[in-house]
Amino acid sequence: MISNIRTLWLVFKHAFRKRVTIQYPEEKAYLAPRYRGRIVLTRDPDGGERCVACYLCAVACPVDCIALDSAEDETGRRYPGMFRINFSRCIYCGFCEEACPTYAIQLVPDVEMAEYNRQNMVYEKEHLLIDGEGKYHGYNYYKVAGLAIGGKGKGEAENEDPPIDPRGLT
Amino acid sequence: MATIHIDGKSYDADPGKNLLQVSLSLGFDLPYFCWHPALGSVGACRQCAVRQYRNEEDKDGQIVMACMVPAADGTRISIEDEEARQFRKSVIEWLMTNHPHDCPVCDEGGECHLQDMTVMAGHAYRRFRYRKRTFTNQDLGPFINHEMNRCIQCYRCVRYYKDYAGGRDLDAFASHNHVYFGRSVDGTLESEFSGNLVEVCPTGVFTDKTLKHHYTRKWDLQSGPSVCAHCGLGCNTLAGARYGGVRRILNRYNHEVNGYFLCDRGRYGYEFVNRPSRIRHPLLHTDASDTDTLSKPESCSPEEALRQARDRLRNARRVIGIGSPRASLESNYALRAFVGEDYFFNGLPSAESHLVTLAAEILRNGSAETPSLREIEGADAVLVLGEDLTQTAPRMALAVRQSIMRAPEEKARAVGVPPWNDRAVRDVIQAERGPLIVAAVDETRLDDAATSVIYRAPDDIARFGFAVARAINADAPPVEGLSDEETDLVQRTAKTLSAAKYPVVISGVSLGNEAILQASANIAWALDREQKPVGLSFVVPEANSVGIALLDSAPLRGAFELVSSGKADAAIILENDLYRRTHALDVEKFFTGLRTVVALDSLRSPTTDRAHVVFPAGTFAESDGTFVNNEGRAQRFFQVLSPEGDVAESWRWLGRLQSGSAPSDEPRWKNLDEVLDAMAAELPDVAGAKDAAPRADFRVAGARLPRSPRRFSGRTAILANLDVHEPKPPDDPDSPLTFSMEGTAAMPPAALVSHYWAPGWNSVQALNKFQDEVGGANRGGAPGVRLIEPEKPIHSYFTKIPDAFSPHDGKFVVLGLHHIFGSEELSRHAPALAERIPEPYIAIGDADARARGVTEGRELVLRIFGREYKLPACVRPNLPRGVLGVPFGLPGLTGIVFPADGHLLE
Repeated sequence: MISNIRTLWLVFKHAFRKRVTIQYPEEKAYLAPRYRGRIVLTRDPDGGERCVACYLCAVACPVDCIALDSAEDETGRRYPGMFRINFSRCIYCGFCEEACPTYAIQLVPDVEMAEYNRQNMVYEKEHLLIDGEGKYHGYNYYKVAGLAIGGKGKGEAENEDPPIDPRGLT
Repeated sequence: MATIHIDGKSYDADPGKNLLQVSLSLGFDLPYFCWHPALGSVGACRQCAVRQYRNEEDKDGQIVMACMVPAADGTRISIEDEEARQFRKSVIEWLMTNHPHDCPVCDEGGECHLQDMTVMAGHAYRRFRYRKRTFTNQDLGPFINHEMNRCIQCYRCVRYYKDYAGGRDLDAFASHNHVYFGRSVDGTLESEFSGNLVEVCPTGVFTDKTLKHHYTRKWDLQSGPSVCAHCGLGCNTLAGARYGGVRRILNRYNHEVNGYFLCDRGRYGYEFVNRPSRIRHPLLHTDASDTDTLSKPESCSPEEALRQARDRLRNARRVIGIGSPRASLESNYALRAFVGEDYFFNGLPSAESHLVTLAAEILRNGSAETPSLREIEGADAVLVLGEDLTQTAPRMALAVRQSIMRAPEEKARAVGVPPWNDRAVRDVIQAERGPLIVAAVDETRLDDAATSVIYRAPDDIARFGFAVARAINADAPPVEGLSDEETDLVQRTAKTLSAAKYPVVISGVSLGNEAILQASANIAWALDREQKPVGLSFVVPEANSVGIALLDSAPLRGAFELVSSGKADAAIILENDLYRRTHALDVEKFFTGLRTVVALDSLRSPTTDRAHVVFPAGTFAESDGTFVNNEGRAQRFFQVLSPEGDVAESWRWLGRLQSGSAPSDEPRWKNLDEVLDAMAAELPDVAGAKDAAPRADFRVAGARLPRSPRRFSGRTAILANLDVHEPKPPDDPDSPLTFSMEGTAAMPPAALVSHYWAPGWNSVQALNKFQDEVGGANRGGAPGVRLIEPEKPIHSYFTKIPDAFSPHDGKFVVLGLHHIFGSEELSRHAPALAERIPEPYIAIGDADARARGVTEGRELVLRIFGREYKLPACVRPNLPRGVLGVPFGLPGLTGIVFPADGHLLE
């Protein structure tokens, strides 16, 4: 008897609690910036593609859902000619982001990727590349290291001396 | 056998080796940079430090460089010693002070010896806070990319390039941490073996420029054991493919054949596989034979093409088959089985067919064994008759270049310097080189290494050879009328060859001179009669020249006659562009006489344009088959990638063509093993080809062998754009390999090695784990089976000695001068290699040029068989009088049968 009354009371009390359920999709849940959701390819502060097609994300991927193919511009800067992620296989583990040496590939707090047709889960580079820096601001791989490319010569990266003259006497 | 003690345990070791070699052979992981099995030790990088103890009581010992200490009996070392470990770690740390932080954009990344050694030595954190030195790079031509910042100054590149390969234009400049490896000025590396720098360099200073343009990491390359298709030596290669194209060629170690190195034609010729001019689908040509302007061929389905071809062939009076020395043994056999023995032709002009058959005949029935390239490297005297080896059989030229070290090495050994101690050996022998005698028509790239060189017309080279044979053995036929200079060289050569422990005589078919082959055979037999060991090696032009010679079939002429006499009116042409073989007019006439032409080829050619039905044949990368190299070694090559479009092996097409027309009818051969079995039953001469590699049902622990590396990436995304459901990997009924990463990780037999990798060893140096001992034989023996072994009969000398060559007024002997880049049919379609193809020219001797007032570059008109060739003159100081040369096989110069009679028109 007491137990029944207690149960009724508890249920009644919940009627005045703050609502946990939100009216999705009109109302969105908060996802932290570090949330591992949809994968994007970002650009460096100068607007250039950050990805240097090093294939490290692809090899780090435990489900092998990343495929890319490198290409080169006329100044020797390498970029992915093709970049494909099969999100129907992706487990959002974030290994690709960890493996990326240039902050190019990032997981962003976007989970709205449901599709009726699995084929629509295959994203090409045009679907992945965004016009921004994503979560990591200010980093430009080629300013720090890497090869000489258009706009950056030998010895112009961080911590580098200017090129030496092998014909010098000292 | 010596006993050495490593970290308290005893091992057997070869006292002729150094401790580094022995430790690696025993399976220890000891880091190294400057040492290379083919280059020996110099002790420069200080990376292979170990602690050596004087005796059992000695507890202190001293740090020594393992590569500089012989594995003498009783040697006690510790690899695990803490101080030695710290030493190795510090050395790496110093090397890394200047190494750039660019692995993500470095083509060596993932297969970098420096990465491997850094991990192995345990260096992980950078403590050095100062700036890195940088260099500017050089443009080294279409093959090699230069990135000097990455250099760790191990000196391997110049030691390989200058000391090993005889190059002159790569050197070390400047001093201390400014040491720079490059050319004195920007420019293409001259050596024909420059591509090996890619594998020799332990880091990313020299990388493959063709790979750079379609870059793929090592772990993503689906690779297969392959055999180079670009000359007759049959070097073993590893071809790597991704996204349906071949992306690079690496050396595949075959202890007996190519060892560690390839030539640039073999390494960079692969790009023809990816050309847009490839035939990917069957083509139908309706009015091919009756118009000069050919209608555009239309592609059709395989079923339609097979139906049309079957109908046409069924209605033919007689079908003839034309084989090819660039098609596999299996494809040639399949065609022979289709058309019958009497109607199968080898597709060669009569002269070349005769020469190649003669070469095989001499090797089979003579008493001299034909050496492998490794044995040529071990020869202490070499005589080259009439071949410009660097152009016709490049890897053999590199082997000959090593042979000149054998005689002087003995001198070093006598003073106690072992051959692996490279610097010390070179200090002992200084500029002394072993005997290499070259008789050629013009300068060759081996002249700088030769002790004697003479330049003569082909007949005079043969006479020189006959005279050498006579000087060795008095039963050999005599040669009259030699000059004093020649007689002197003949005597010296005979003496040198007789005195050598293992002399090798090399000649070949490139000059189209029968007497040269016979002369070299006489020399070898003369030495044999004198109870001397000898090797006799013939250079043949194409990957399967010897294979087709062993099939024992008639030359092209026979096919032409059958057609012109009206006995045959249909032909199947297998991977052969007849317009390259003989005079265009003859070929034209042949095609006009045919009512049906069926061609199988990989690239479009004038011949495929004349065919009514063209089947897309697989290149080396899309086929399984066997090539027989110049020493008669049958070597299997396997598919690297599953063919795109309707491409299939020629033997497979021919098998389908022979089946009934109902869709349920099975082809004559279901897989490669069935072709090989049928061939072995019918043709005992080539039956051994069956054993060149394990059969398709071969398994290791019940599993197949993977073509893809274990960390192959993108499996679920590569084809996801076509269908999100991953397809099953293609089946492979022809080999024990799979088109996936699934299969055993166990060590495969040498003929099935698809990639070199071992735990901790991602670079090509992982090869160490695939050898019996480092630098030694392949585990389980070198791949391939020798089909030719001499029968040791009593032979009689060749006695038909040509007359001395005398130039005729106005009439010249025109020779085809071979070029490593351009003379070979397939490789010249590779864009990088095409950049190195010379412009066509007419080579004229200095004497003739002066007599006619010809200057360098002047336009000459040369008439050969009624055709006129207008080309600039190239004046050669050494080309004999009465002899002209034009580059062999270049576009516009095909279809000339060399040697030809030519007239210079004023």
